[in-house]
Amino acid sequence: MTRPVRFDRFVFASLVIGLILTILPLPDFVTAWRPAWVAMLVIYWTITATDRFGLLGAWLLGLAMDALTGTLLGQHALALMIVAFISIKLHLRIRVFPMGQQSLTVLMLVLVYEFVLYWVDGVAGQTTSGLARWLPALSSAVFWTPLVVMLRWASIMRMRRT
Amino acid sequence: MAGFKLTHALPGRGPALGTRLFLLLICSVLLMVWDKREHHLQHLRSAISVVVYPIRAAVDLPFTFADWLSDKLSSHNELLQENQVLRTELLKNRADVQRMIALEAENARLRELMDTAASMVDRTMVAEIMAVDLNPYRHLLVINKGSSAGAYRGQALVDAFGIVGQISDLDALSSQVLLISDPEHAVPVEINRNGLRTIAVGTGDTQVLTLPFLPNNADVQIDDLLVTSGLGGLFPSGYPVATVSKIDIDPTQPFAQVEARPAAALDRVRELLLVWSGNERNNQSDAAIAEDENK
Repeated sequence: MTRPVRFDRFVFASLVIGLILTILPLPDFVTAWRPAWVAMLVIYWTITATDRFGLLGAWLLGLAMDALTGTLLGQHALALMIVAFISIKLHLRIRVFPMGQQSLTVLMLVLVYEFVLYWVDGVAGQTTSGLARWLPALSSAVFWTPLVVMLRWASIMRMRRT
Repeated sequence: MAGFKLTHALPGRGPALGTRLFLLLICSVLLMVWDKREHHLQHLRSAISVVVYPIRAAVDLPFTFADWLSDKLSSHNELLQENQVLRTELLKNRADVQRMIALEAENARLRELMDTAASMVDRTMVAEIMAVDLNPYRHLLVINKGSSAGAYRGQALVDAFGIVGQISDLDALSSQVLLISDPEHAVPVEINRNGLRTIAVGTGDTQVLTLPFLPNNADVQIDDLLVTSGLGGLFPSGYPVATVSKIDIDPTQPFAQVEARPAAALDRVRELLLVWSGNERNNQSDAAIAEDENK
C-alpha cells in the first residue's frame, strides 16, 4: 500500500478531461452511446503507466465519479478498481496486442465495468432493464483507437517540449 | 535505491496487488452499505462534491456563456415584444394575487376557528439548473444553490407550473435534485376536487407518474388535479403535482391503474424555485432557516 506513486500532471489532466466528458450534456438519442471514458482511461493508464496509476488511483477516481454523477458512494469506485485489477494483471499482454484485439479487450473490460454497476444497482433496488445499459461497451471499443492515438500523440508532444 | 523502487513499481508482484484489491473491495462495500442504509455519509459526499465542483462548473460554463450571449444579441424588437407579453402576464397574475390575498385571509380565519395553525406563506429563492448530465438511469439535476444559500436536504423545488422534485444531496455551492419522475421518488398528494389522499410515484418517464394505491372504487376522474397534501412533512401543501391522464379499472385487480402527467415542465425547465415551507410542522426547514439566520 505504501508504494511511492508519482503524481503525474499529464495523467491527472487526462482524467479530469475524462470526467468532463462523462457529464457533458449530449442530445438524448446519443446519451446511451456515451463511451465509458473514465473506464477507458483507467485501462490505458494501467497498461501504459503501471507505476503511476494503480488500484488506489482507480478507486479514488471512482469516488470522484460517484459524487459527480450522484450514484451510490463506492459504486463506480468498485467497478473501476476491478477493471484496473484485471488490466494490471494482463497489462503485459494487452500492451502488445494489435489495435483490433485491444479494442476487443476494451469491449470485454467495459462490459465487466457495466456489469458491476448494473449488479450494484440491482442489489440497491434500482433495477434498470434494457439493452441501453450495454451500449457504452460497443462505443468504447470503437473510440479506443482514437483515444490511444491521441494520448500517444500528446505524450510525444510533451516529451519533445521537455 | 533505484533497484528497490523498480521492484516495487512492478505490478502483480507477490500478494500486494491482491491484498490491495481485497482491502479496497471491503472499503467500497462498506461505503455503499453506509451510503444506502444509514445516510451517514453526507459529510464525506459533500466534501468530495466540493472537490469535483470545478468539473461541473467547467461543463456548465459554455452553456451559461451561450445564454448570456443570446441575451446580449437579442434584438430591440424582440425584447419589446417579450416585455409586452410579460406585462400582460404580470397584470393577469396581479389580478389573481388580489383574489389570493382575500382567500388567504379567509383561509387563516377559518383555520383559526378550527384551531389549526398552518401558515401559507412560503419563502422562495430562484435557482438555476447547471447543464450537466448525471447518471442516465436516474432522474437527477444539479442546481447552482447549495447549503451556503440555506438549502437543505429534502427541500422542495417548484417551477412555474408545479412541484419539480426535492434536494437529495448538497454541498456548499450546488445541490442535486431528485425529480418526482424518478422511479424511487414518491410524493404524498391529494385530489384537489375532493381531498382524496394518495401517493404519486415516479416511473422513470418524465411525462408519467402512477398512483398505485387507489382502490377500484376511488372517486377519481380524468383531468383531476393532484396537489401536494403536505403530509410527510417534506413538500409544502397545495402545490400542483400532476393531472390524472389515464384510469384503468380491472375488477380482477385490487387497485385501479391510474396514471398522471406532471404539471411541471420536468424536461424543459432552466430555472427553479427553492421553497422554504411556512408550515410550522416542518421542523427541519425551520431549523435550517434558523441556522441560516444565525449566520
